[in-house]
Amino acid sequence: MPIKIVILPEKNMQPVHKAQAGTFESSDIMILIEPLDNDGDNHIELSSSVGKQFKDQINRDITELLQKYEITGARIIAKDKGALSPTIKARVETAVLRSLDKQQGTLK
Amino acid sequence: MNQNKINKRRSMLYIPGNNPAMLQQAGVYGADSVLLDLEDAVALNQKDAARILVRNMLKSNDFYNCEISVRLNHIETPFGIHDLEEIIPLQPDAVRLPKTENVEELKKVFEIIEKIEDAHGLPHTKTKVHVMIESALGVQNVYELASFSPRIDAITIGGQDLTADMQIEKSKDNYGIDYARKRIVMASKATKIDAVDTVYVDVEDEEGLREETVYIKKLGFTGKAVINPRQINIVNEVFTPTESEIRKAYRIVKAYYENKAKDIGVFAVDGKMVDAPVVTRAIHTLTLADIDPETIK
Repeated sequence: MPIKIVILPEKNMQPVHKAQAGTFESSDIMILIEPLDNDGDNHIELSSSVGKQFKDQINRDITELLQKYEITGARIIAKDKGALSPTIKARVETAVLRSLDKQQGTLK
Repeated sequence: MNQNKINKRRSMLYIPGNNPAMLQQAGVYGADSVLLDLEDAVALNQKDAARILVRNMLKSNDFYNCEISVRLNHIETPFGIHDLEEIIPLQPDAVRLPKTENVEELKKVFEIIEKIEDAHGLPHTKTKVHVMIESALGVQNVYELASFSPRIDAITIGGQDLTADMQIEKSKDNYGIDYARKRIVMASKATKIDAVDTVYVDVEDEEGLREETVYIKKLGFTGKAVINPRQINIVNEVFTPTESEIRKAYRIVKAYYENKAKDIGVFAVDGKMVDAPVVTRAIHTLTLADIDPETIK
C-alpha cells in the first residue's frame, strides 16, 4: 500500500517533465518524478519492502533532496527495494536533475 | 579513507558504478583494492546516475581496509570532466585513467585535478593516479606515461580494448598481449611503481585464472584486476608468499641487520651469497606477508 505524504514547498522550481532514476533491483530504489498541476505541494508516494521499519527515514531522505533543489509541484513515486540512504539520495538527485533538464555528462 | 591500509595491491575488484548492492558490499570480499567503475560497466545513458551514486557511496560507505579507486571516463569523452568534478573532492585513494596514450592527455587531466583540489583546499598528494594502457600507442609510450608524475603509482593493462585496438582475437592464452605485458612491467620496474594485470574474463575457469596469475607474477606484475569476488582468493593466494619463502626472507633480513651493524655489505645465508638486491627482494616478500621488516632488527 503506497504511503502518501504532502510536503509544503519552500521555493518554486518545478520539474519540466517526467523523469526517472534507479532500478527495481535489490538494494536500489526506483524514483519517478513528474510535474503536478497544483499550488506547489510535493506529493511522495512510497512503497518499500522495508517500509514498516524505515518509511520515515526514506521519506526524510527524499524530502531532503527535494528541499536541496527547491523542488515544488512535483509527484514523486518511489518503489524501494531496501536501498540505503546514499542510494536513495543519489536516485532522487538524479531523477530531479533529469526532470529539470539539468543532468550533465550523460547521454539521454 | 582508511589510514592503516596494507601496502599491496594483489587483487583489484571491479565494481559497476551504477549497482548499489555491489557498491555497498564491495569491501567485504577480501580484495586488497576496490575499483568503482564509471566507465565501461556503465551504460551511456546512466553515466549521471552512476557518478552521483559513486560520489554518495564514497562519502558514506565503509569499504573496510580496501584501497578505494575509481575508474573515470576518458577526459575526451562527454563524461570525463564531470567525473573528475564529482570524484576528486572526495579524495579516493586513486583514480584510474582509461585508454591513456600520451603525455599531453595526462598533462590535461593533472591540471584539472589540481584545479579542483585547489578549489576545495585539498592537497595534491592524497589521491594517486593509475594509468591504464589499452592501445598500441599507449604501449609504445608506456615509460613516458609511467614516469610523468610521482602521483602515478600504478600502471595497468586493459586486455579487451588492447586486443581490439590491435585487431586481434583475445585468445585464452593471451599470447597477443604478451609483448605489451612485458613492456608495461618493465616500465613499472624502471619507475618503481606497481603493475596490475588485466582481468581473466572466464569466471567459471578457476584453474585457468590460477595459471594466468602464476604466469603474470613471474613476469613481474604486482597484482591483477578481478571481475568477480570468487576470483579474489585465487589471486591473493598466488601473490602471497609461501611459508618457506617467508622464513627464508626472514633469515636474510635478520642476517642483513646483524651484518650491517658490523659494516659487512655482502654475506651468506643458507650457503648463498646475499647482496643488496637479494635483501630488497626479501624485504618485499615480508611486506607482502604483512611483516614489518623493521621489527626484525
